[in-house]
Amino acid sequence: MKSKIKLRRKFSAESLIFHTFNYVFLALLCIAMLYPIINTIAVSFNDGLDAVRGGIGLWPRTFTLDNYRTVLGMHTILDAFWMSVYRTVVQVVTNIVVTSMLAFALSRREFKPGRPIALIFVLTMYFNAGLIPNFILIQSLGMVNTFAVYWVPTMISAFNLIIMRTYMRTIPEALLESARLDGASDFRTYLQIVMPLSKPVLATVALFVAVGAWNTWFDAFIYNSGAQHLSVLQYELQRVLASAMMQGQQSSQSSQAAQAGMGLSMVTPQTIRATITVVAAVPILIVYPFLQRYFVHGVQLGGVKE
Amino acid sequence: MGITTSPGVSAKKRPWRVTFKKQWQLYLMSFPMLFYLLLFAYVPLLGWVMAFQEFRPRFGLSPIGQVMSNKWVGLENFKTLLDNTTILGQRFLQSVVNTLGQSILILVLGFFLTIMLSLLLNELRLTGVKRFVQNVLYLPHFLSWVIVAMLASTALSLPGSGGFLNDFLLKVGIVDRPIQFLADPGYFWGIVAGTHLWKNLGWNTIIYMAAMTSIDPNLYEAASIDGANRYQKMWHVTLASIRPTIVLLLIINIGMLLTSGFEIQWLLGQGVNIVRSENIDVFVLRYGIKMGNFSLATAAGILRTVVSILLLTGSNFVARSLKQETLF
Repeated sequence: MKSKIKLRRKFSAESLIFHTFNYVFLALLCIAMLYPIINTIAVSFNDGLDAVRGGIGLWPRTFTLDNYRTVLGMHTILDAFWMSVYRTVVQVVTNIVVTSMLAFALSRREFKPGRPIALIFVLTMYFNAGLIPNFILIQSLGMVNTFAVYWVPTMISAFNLIIMRTYMRTIPEALLESARLDGASDFRTYLQIVMPLSKPVLATVALFVAVGAWNTWFDAFIYNSGAQHLSVLQYELQRVLASAMMQGQQSSQSSQAAQAGMGLSMVTPQTIRATITVVAAVPILIVYPFLQRYFVHGVQLGGVKE
Repeated sequence: MGITTSPGVSAKKRPWRVTFKKQWQLYLMSFPMLFYLLLFAYVPLLGWVMAFQEFRPRFGLSPIGQVMSNKWVGLENFKTLLDNTTILGQRFLQSVVNTLGQSILILVLGFFLTIMLSLLLNELRLTGVKRFVQNVLYLPHFLSWVIVAMLASTALSLPGSGGFLNDFLLKVGIVDRPIQFLADPGYFWGIVAGTHLWKNLGWNTIIYMAAMTSIDPNLYEAASIDGANRYQKMWHVTLASIRPTIVLLLIINIGMLLTSGFEIQWLLGQGVNIVRSENIDVFVLRYGIKMGNFSLATAAGILRTVVSILLLTGSNFVARSLKQETLF
């Protein structure tokens, strides 16, 4: 009976119009999201000379790997790529260790200082001293032009802490109780019982930290711009963009054409920019399909429980 | 809350030293981070006193040196910023206007489009399609702002530099000459809003979608029996059920009106569009760190924080009184 009603409604004219509109609209939106990305990938595989003619859509017109050969031959880009990988790993590890430990202590209801400590952390979500005071602090700690500035000030975030603590509180009290009766210390309970049970939330937080670490360029720009060996990939990309902005659009076009006319090179600033963009995005694009189920689950978990 | 072993009663009777001895590992796991937090989140607040001083770099940069050795000037720095007869004051006030313009555009567009998109996604019946669409819409959120700025500067450039938006507009015949989007200040607020929407529109639906999954299906059933059509159900059941979420997000967003982001303005801002691109954050960065005028930049930061808190509490107050009206 119920299904019959549903079936009939599905084929009513009003429904048909609505669903048609809905699918068309969402399809257009998906195209708007994907087109710039796919177009950039296509340009990165296209011959530079040919790209100046414009009109490359979703597929390279004159296929070449020259752009990638050039970009991956640039030491600054390659070094920055590995520095980005390195800082991402360090940030994920330190964040997970520190946040989970603190979250475990704060999740224990019998730990009395837990409540005020949590409050002091949560307050930091609502205010920030601002750019200049933070800059002065980092400078007076002697962390300018050091690797430490990437991971020390960002070791813990109140938001991740709350997500983790909330999750750990859902672990049955009886489990911790029985561990205690068996003589397990708090450290052991944390390592052998709580951590293995917290895998979903650890994965979610690790993902957020990793994405943030990979995508940041501001700390490199503000604190480490004097140390080329500490540069990260997104900062290098920002430099490429800045120099392109400086050139201005028209002059860059004419210089590309001039370069092309003289037959100096098959790679142009335009294709190089596209290629570096792809290199900076590739880790995210590769891991995204594998990780999306974690973050959707994790965010809903965090959102609902708040 | 579940079953808890009433912690207050038994712990209160024991002397502090006994519980510490029992829980020393928990103390060890949390206290070092407390000092870390004090250093990195609370000590910088001392830097706020700089806003009431005249900054003189020769006294060094340590926070304590700052407080002790600079000359107190009262509200002088704030007056300088808010004085629209000087070039500096005009520039700061323009950056306030830009921040507000950009964030109101983001808020208004983002607010309606996100809710509309959540409703449309919620109507998708094929789970496979739904999941695919959602994942495509979430994707841009995970790309960095530099990449977004790069994609935007390409898309908006002239056809010869890969500007496919101009390509498209020319082909369709909306314009007969390519538009120099980035060189014309008039487009900049729109570019800021557009890039924010592109990056976060899909992602922002998550919280509404989560709220929608917890709606009782019986409500729809009951509405159907009462003869409600699709739009009436969307309006009276779905939207009504997620209203608390909507109000909450609105309050939070109003509190952030003086924060329109920083990255896209910094990355795509250039001499030609500075009158519309420079917002408070960019002003603080250019004026503070690049030009070394720490006192003025700190004052600008404080002004923003104070107004933000006022906006947040104000909108919260309004929402509370309105909610009472609509509820009873």
